[in-house]
Amino acid sequence: MALTKADMVEMLYEQLGLNKREAKELVESFFEEVRLALENGRDVKLSGFGNFVLRTKKERPGRNPKTGQEIPISARRVVTFRPGQKLKARVEAYAGNQQ
Amino acid sequence: MTKSDLIENVAKNQSHLAPKDIELAVKELLETMSQSLSRGERIEIRGFGSFSLHFRPPRVGRNPKSGESVVLSGKSVPHFKPGKELRERVDNLFQQSDSSE
Repeated sequence: MALTKADMVEMLYEQLGLNKREAKELVESFFEEVRLALENGRDVKLSGFGNFVLRTKKERPGRNPKTGQEIPISARRVVTFRPGQKLKARVEAYAGNQQ
Repeated sequence: MTKSDLIENVAKNQSHLAPKDIELAVKELLETMSQSLSRGERIEIRGFGSFSLHFRPPRVGRNPKSGESVVLSGKSVPHFKPGKELRERVDNLFQQSDSSE
């Protein structure tokens, strides 16, 4: 089972006693503020969790995998996530049946 | 933008809640997300993206000081895949500023 926004709303409701509407708005706002910062070209650094870092990619040659036709991949800005030391350390030990 | 900026911005939108509560809530959200990943559970947020674990198999590394071989056990690392809305929004203003040059 994956963690979803609904689970996060439920957690805020149970742990912090926010009502469901408040909790839902807060969760939406949390993700929207991260999107807004990135959209406006600002990296997002959440200590203990990780950094969302913007990278600018130059145009590069690409290929349509179906037809094999060559088409350029245009210059673009992309977001990458660099997990922090603390998150990496917490996750490292997990060796369950993933992939 | 840092965690405290994020807390401030969320607080501006949710002015009916006490700033202390917002701070606690944001920290709890990040803690919940970290906990899920440490249990090997994915995170799926539509319009934002998904977090999952990628497994790095065991390998033989080297101690850079002594040059000795050391066996490094396999480990999981967090991976983020941006969702469609985030991908598009991050690129949008960039394309606009790019074409106006």
